[in-house]
Amino acid sequence: MLDIKNLSASVDGKKILDGFSLKIKSGEVHAIMGPNGSGKSTLANVLTGKNGYEVEGQILYQGKDLLTLPIEERAQKGLFMAFQYPLEIPGVNTNNFLKTSLNTIRKGKGLKEIDSLDFLKLVKAKTKNLKIDEKILNRQLNVGFSGGEKKKNEILQMTILEPTLAILDETDSGLDIDAIKIVSDGVNSLRSKERSFLIITHYQRLLDYIKPDFVHVLINGKIAKTGCSELALELDKIGYEEIGAST
Amino acid sequence: MKQQELEKSKEYKYGFTTDIESVRAPKGLNKEVIRFISKIKKEPEWMLNWRLKAYDRLKNIKEPNWQKPKYPKIDYQNLYYYSAPKSAKDKPKSLDEVDPKLLETYAKLGIPLKEQEKLSGVAVDAIFDSVSVATTFKDTLTEKGIIFCSISEAIQKHPDLVKKYIGSVIPITDHYFATLNSAVFTDGSFVYIPEGVRCPMELSTYFRINASETGQFERTLIIADKGSYVSYLEGCTAPMRDENQLHAANVELIALDDAEIKYSTIQNWYPGDENGKGGIYNFVTKRGACRGKNSKISWTQVETGSAITWKYPSCILQGDNSVGEFYSVAVTNNYQKADTGTKMIHLGKNTKSKIISKAISAGHADNTYRGLVRISSKAKNSRNYTQCDSLLMGNKCGAHTIPYIENRNSSSNVEHEATTSKISEEQLFYCNQRGLNQEEAVGLIVNGFCKEVLQQLPMEFAVEAQKLVGISLEGSVG
Repeated sequence: MLDIKNLSASVDGKKILDGFSLKIKSGEVHAIMGPNGSGKSTLANVLTGKNGYEVEGQILYQGKDLLTLPIEERAQKGLFMAFQYPLEIPGVNTNNFLKTSLNTIRKGKGLKEIDSLDFLKLVKAKTKNLKIDEKILNRQLNVGFSGGEKKKNEILQMTILEPTLAILDETDSGLDIDAIKIVSDGVNSLRSKERSFLIITHYQRLLDYIKPDFVHVLINGKIAKTGCSELALELDKIGYEEIGAST
Repeated sequence: MKQQELEKSKEYKYGFTTDIESVRAPKGLNKEVIRFISKIKKEPEWMLNWRLKAYDRLKNIKEPNWQKPKYPKIDYQNLYYYSAPKSAKDKPKSLDEVDPKLLETYAKLGIPLKEQEKLSGVAVDAIFDSVSVATTFKDTLTEKGIIFCSISEAIQKHPDLVKKYIGSVIPITDHYFATLNSAVFTDGSFVYIPEGVRCPMELSTYFRINASETGQFERTLIIADKGSYVSYLEGCTAPMRDENQLHAANVELIALDDAEIKYSTIQNWYPGDENGKGGIYNFVTKRGACRGKNSKISWTQVETGSAITWKYPSCILQGDNSVGEFYSVAVTNNYQKADTGTKMIHLGKNTKSKIISKAISAGHADNTYRGLVRISSKAKNSRNYTQCDSLLMGNKCGAHTIPYIENRNSSSNVEHEATTSKISEEQLFYCNQRGLNQEEAVGLIVNGFCKEVLQQLPMEFAVEAQKLVGISLEGSVG
């Protein structure tokens, strides 16, 4: 599904990712942990195509070169990112945004646009499953949302857009335990053989609910250590510094 | 067509001219030209004298120069003041008699009159250059006693109404461009809604500048008699011209007791090219008088075109309990300039006004909201609410808000809110990540920004306006 080879990324000449390589197969859940400034968010941004990075190396997604594609085409090919800081867009109705988004992605896949009625049914079912208050659908996109509401809204979008590869960029940061449950329920409900996840987090806590197949420790722009879910527990005890020193 | 022209016409969808021989008044501004216009329109003497009075006044006044956008000096002697398609000399009795070339032009503009007549339920008084060529739905309107015709026709057939109201809101002495219009106006629309009648359809007119070097001086007069209601739509596109073209229209609205007028505009005239060459000067005077008690006038405008837009659709709230509203979206891109807003003059008791202005600036453009709220000492218990929001795209454009507030009595209340924001790279990235391309993302954000205004427009116009706002900003985010 995803094959990252020797990826480097710099901002204003400062190298953030440095010889990063990672393979994710269909159906796998990978967690990336690491200290502040280790390049976690940069990895998510480079994968989704955000401007402002000088990028070297190669990323193959479903066998095709990802780096040459514009942001929206990556999204249309099933790449989704739950934002660490979801953006507020005043005047734009959340429901309308979700529908527009779903339809552009369906169009990209060669599917017919969904009509308003079917969409409403879909979105109501999803909010119910995730125990999200459907009132947020009629509010302006993320405007005046609490931190928790914003993150829940990201997960709602993920379950509606049904991506092939979902990246969660520190979605658990700042969430209470109930909200973390909603986030992990969202991820777990989507887990399937055809879908992969890349979960970026600071804390082991989220991984109590979402059992990853692999845990990677990112230090200074490259993977310092890879293990199974027990590695996260170990990290929690000894900290990143030790891991960094031991490699 | 030369290749260069071809390319240009691609950039501006409505940039074409129709090859129809024109009847023109000789170049220049003088009494002879005014007499020529008046004669060709078979006007009564009082109308000619009114024009000449305006012309005399014009000689003694100067163009105003307090506005923000400056423009090169206009040589008024080097303009044509009258130009009409030749075939219109014998006015068509029905659509079938309309010059097929004119109909073709409208089709290009997306106004198939025939279809519109049948399908959309919109009566169109189409203005091609200076002469009204076709008016539809006349029968339905006549039944209700509604008069909807060209102002030239109204001067001949309904002289008492015209004489009573023309110049009563915008006097011939008002200011340079209004006075100029009074002297040389060529055509425009006239609407009269009789007492107690609710106009059963949206009245609509499309304007178009066609012949080269032709100043456009439209004059529109709408009167809503006691207890009546009318919604009027004005939309326009202009073909591409290299020289700057002056447009100085006058629009007067009069609402008597318990009457309501809703006036909506979409202005999409040629804005000039991406280097600021060419484009229309849109110097328009629009003013409504809420003359009767409980009357209401509501202006909605979507201004996306013209090199310079300079207009302040205003309300004079004379009647007690009368209401004035102004909803505006002004979009400027490249080197376009807009200085627009409104005046709300509260004279009657318990009068209310509301101003919602949304300005969007991109490229090197400059956008100014300028507004006056004046509450006189007699306008007890009056209220105004003003909200001015500006949205900037890029860092070379400008947005300015200049509100003038004069409140002369303590029982009245004036509120003013203003914000300035910018479309951020992050917002665009967020939308892109959800599958929307750059244009779609900008369209979404911008339409969200001006939704409050766009939803004031009648349905069929709202969709067109939404598209237009998006198109006007195409390529402004790189």
